[in-house]
Amino acid sequence: MIFKFIENIGGAALYHLRDLGRMGVFLFGALLGVFKTPFRFRAVVGQIREIGANSLGVIFFTAAFTGMVLGLQGYYTLRKFGSEGMLGSAVSLSLLREMGPVLTALMVTGRAGSAMCAEIGIMRNSEQLDALECMAVDPFRYLITPKFIATLISIPLLTMIFNVVGIFGGYLAGVKMLGVNPGAFFSGMESSVVNEDISMGIIKSLVFAILIVWICTGRGYFVDKIEGAGFGAEGVSRVTTQAVVLSSIMILIWDYILTAMLL
Amino acid sequence: MKEPVIKLVDVVKDFGNQRILDHVNLEIFPGRTTVIAGGSGQGKSVTLKLILGLLKPDSGEILVKGHDVSAMGRRELNEIRSIFGVLFQGAALLDSLNVFDNVALPLRERTKLSREEIRERVINTLVQLGLVGHDEKFPAQLSGGMKKRVGLARALQLQPEIMLFDEPTTGLDPEKTREIYQLFFETQRKFGYTSVIVSHDIPKVFNLADQVVVLNNGRLVSFDKPEEIQLCEIPEIQSFVKATMGHLYRSSDVE
Repeated sequence: MIFKFIENIGGAALYHLRDLGRMGVFLFGALLGVFKTPFRFRAVVGQIREIGANSLGVIFFTAAFTGMVLGLQGYYTLRKFGSEGMLGSAVSLSLLREMGPVLTALMVTGRAGSAMCAEIGIMRNSEQLDALECMAVDPFRYLITPKFIATLISIPLLTMIFNVVGIFGGYLAGVKMLGVNPGAFFSGMESSVVNEDISMGIIKSLVFAILIVWICTGRGYFVDKIEGAGFGAEGVSRVTTQAVVLSSIMILIWDYILTAMLL
Repeated sequence: MKEPVIKLVDVVKDFGNQRILDHVNLEIFPGRTTVIAGGSGQGKSVTLKLILGLLKPDSGEILVKGHDVSAMGRRELNEIRSIFGVLFQGAALLDSLNVFDNVALPLRERTKLSREEIRERVINTLVQLGLVGHDEKFPAQLSGGMKKRVGLARALQLQPEIMLFDEPTTGLDPEKTREIYQLFFETQRKFGYTSVIVSHDIPKVFNLADQVVVLNNGRLVSFDKPEEIQLCEIPEIQSFVKATMGHLYRSSDVE
């Protein structure tokens, strides 16, 4: 009984170690693909459309309502201290440093990350990845690296769009609906936001982009090697769920780590 | 006799606690057709994946033109794989690409041919394999037989020296099965490739075979003529023969 228990722990530890090693080699291969020629420009543009442009709608609505909620909450909190004029500052700093990068990353994970994982998982199960390898076509350069490059370009841009739309959402709720002075809103924002706040958001969005594309494509790529995931369509569906959950958790963990490092 | 183009030397492959290949030895000679037969789960497809370097053996050597693929790095593997064409069980067409793009893929990725040259070569192949008018279709819009033809068209684009067929007729009706074998026969005559066919389709596939090997409990038994299998005294092979071959099949029947 006790031996079986120890054996199980050892087995699980070895499995996770192997899995981590596989994922590490996968990340290395995908990043190495960036430097391989010829550059797959059309594939990257196609992926930017898929991951970036097609996410604009969801980013726009999430940002607008997040900004409006921040405007509302911020107004009623600041009013207690007679500081409604600081609303612009509160909304913009919250968005630039935290809400923008984190919510954009979570939205892209749900929309594009899940699609990437499922697409590659299905390709693995239907031997399409094997077929590429048999044709001596590098699956990293052909398939994975364009997704990496596109995600690294798209997420910081989507984050910036999220921030702008969110600030206007806060403006709409605070100034247009609750009567905060528009001059105070914008001047508060201008005086409190510094370059470091913007760069912190960009750094976070780049790190989140790597996490999303690495975890989602990697889980799909190794769909047949994940213990307990099952086979076929069910296996892909379970692994996709795992990838989205893992990406989301890693985004929140790394948000804390980066905030602690960059503040 | 010529040197074998593929040679498996004492190959062992386990999956977990299960031994799939148990000290397997096999020689495949150039220009010949080798059929690998055996029941489900006996390691036939695993053997193909080992030859292609998609799987590594636990021990033993897999020599392709004298080079051990199990010891190769990615770059060397890519080089050696360029001599192979593979027709997968489900054809393994890229489902986001249409027929034309699927067939053109190896030419676009592996050669420096111009767009026009690629177009010409792909169209020629589509004509030869009876796929004219289907070039804009996506794999999901094709029948099983048509997918196999597209898979064969794609596999032949780089004029491989060795063609590997993984269950080429699984899931096809008898007429489509006959069509695939006819295509196989014609393309082999035209391109002169060495072929390895993994198949359950016994005895039909023996029409094409120069050599038949049967995988049984991880061991491999080789026969020079298909009818030798029926005379084999190994009980497992006898039972496999009874289950798959209705009547005595003679290679002299083959045209």
